Amino acid sequence: MSTTGSAISVRGLVSRRGHAVVLDGIDLAFEAGQVTAIVGPNGAGKTTLLRHLAGLDAPSAGEVELRGQPLASLGAAIRAWSIAYLPQAASAYWPLRARDLVALGRLPHGADLSRPLKAQDAQAVQRALERVDGMRLSERPVDTLSQGERARVMMARALSTEAAVFLADEPVASLDPAYALETMTILRAEAARNACVIVVLHDLGLAARFADRIVVLANSKVAADGPPSVALAAGVIEAAYGVTFRHLTVDGIPQPVAWER
Amino acid sequence: MNRWLLLLVAALFLLSLAVGPAWWPWRLGTEVGWAIVWELRLPRATLGLLIGGVLGLSGAVLQGWLRNPLAEPGVIGVSACAGFAAVCAFYSGLAAAFALALPLAGIAGAAIAVALLMGAVRSGTGTVSLLLMGVAINAIAAALISLVLALSPNPFAYQEISLWLAGSIVDRDLRHLAIAAPFMVVGAVIVLGVGRWLDALSLGEDTARSLGADTKSLGLRLTLGVGLMVGAATSVAGVIGFVGLIAPHLIRARVGFRPGATLVPSMLVGAALVLGADIAVRLLPTASELQLGVFTSLVGAPFLVRAVRKAHAAWLAT
Repeated sequence: MSTTGSAISVRGLVSRRGHAVVLDGIDLAFEAGQVTAIVGPNGAGKTTLLRHLAGLDAPSAGEVELRGQPLASLGAAIRAWSIAYLPQAASAYWPLRARDLVALGRLPHGADLSRPLKAQDAQAVQRALERVDGMRLSERPVDTLSQGERARVMMARALSTEAAVFLADEPVASLDPAYALETMTILRAEAARNACVIVVLHDLGLAARFADRIVVLANSKVAADGPPSVALAAGVIEAAYGVTFRHLTVDGIPQPVAWER
Repeated sequence: MNRWLLLLVAALFLLSLAVGPAWWPWRLGTEVGWAIVWELRLPRATLGLLIGGVLGLSGAVLQGWLRNPLAEPGVIGVSACAGFAAVCAFYSGLAAAFALALPLAGIAGAAIAVALLMGAVRSGTGTVSLLLMGVAINAIAAALISLVLALSPNPFAYQEISLWLAGSIVDRDLRHLAIAAPFMVVGAVIVLGVGRWLDALSLGEDTARSLGADTKSLGLRLTLGVGLMVGAATSVAGVIGFVGLIAPHLIRARVGFRPGATLVPSMLVGAALVLGADIAVRLLPTASELQLGVFTSLVGAPFLVRAVRKAHAAWLAT
């Protein structure tokens, strides 16, 4: 598989934690302008894969490449500038003002919050807040926000970096349907900006509706990879999840429903 | 705000030169009057300024790094370890052999305590584990100090040391200032630049790293900087607790809780607190002058109680 044209890719990625093999020889290349959803049962290695893509964990074997360059050989500054990472259940340890928190996403661009932001940084913060519809939250301390509002602000923080690669780990977990749909729409818009969006999801229906491509991870390996109709096909997800599914289709989009153990 | 704090510190510094058994000594116009200013009051006031500054700054830095409003050199045992190392240097005769042994030992002790703490308490872990770790480090340091004193042939060792450990900047001269000040200044310079990355750490270690923070080198830098500051301060003044707790506490809400923004104001507030406390112990009508560290503990401990209750409430709420 040629990986030179892709935004970010992994080759032969092996990740061990102690004696356990979390990822076992993964080859994947992710394209700019696409939303790729990573799905799979708990413990399949979805979060670990995302952490490797973000450069947070070092592979036991294999390599992560950013536009064909080994990620490990790039400095922390270039990595931070190129890859935005939104962890699962993102939270803040101090009740920062929402606008300050979003501005942290500009650190890779050299921003220092102890000085007035440069015009381009201030504009990026503004754009990010507007994209999550969070303008009215901008002056509030984040500990006064509801869970959904806080998730928006955290999303805006990751968006404000305006990086080439956008990684999000279960951004819709614990969000109500309205927030979840909005979050997925924001990720689509990020891909329309030509970012390479990679998102870990548990909701197969949302994945099928909003992703261009779905990677199914199971037992530390890639079980399926392709457009939703292929990756979520009958037989594939049954084997991956170990449950039966009812394969519904809504407006031509697969909406599999987990049925029985 | 920094401008007002600077004015306050300057005013307290001048007051510290003026207050004591002989008020306004320079008004005497005599040689004795000037000797009091230069040889007694100036070292004392300058040490108060520097020690207060570095303790306030150390508190702000540790709190930002550990993401815990209760981290403070005294409470978590950094000062006690510096004290233990200084006691070792003192009673082994090293300090008598060469003057820098005392601050160097203090720095080593403080740095080891910070390193231990960073290793044992994962950043961002709960208040309880941090405080328990502090209790443990403080207890070990106190026990080791007792052991060293018991081994010392000097029968007055206990009294000398317990008085010294209680924290004071009385009767320090320019030599004390000269051996400790450079380390404190270098330590402050080392940590003053980390504000951006402490800001990033507000979002947790993973996100901070994804934003470009090199948390390993940051940890080393903070260990070295806090070690230099607290070690040197403790080796000349003993343990002056709670300054590092109170200073950031007074500042945080005023700067929107951003850790990087608390550094410089905490340094100024720390300096003002120690200068003010050192003036207060001179004015209090006690039979012998109260130890500075005792005074800061009396004033500071209630802050700790309040902060613990608040942290507990926040923990219950989540």
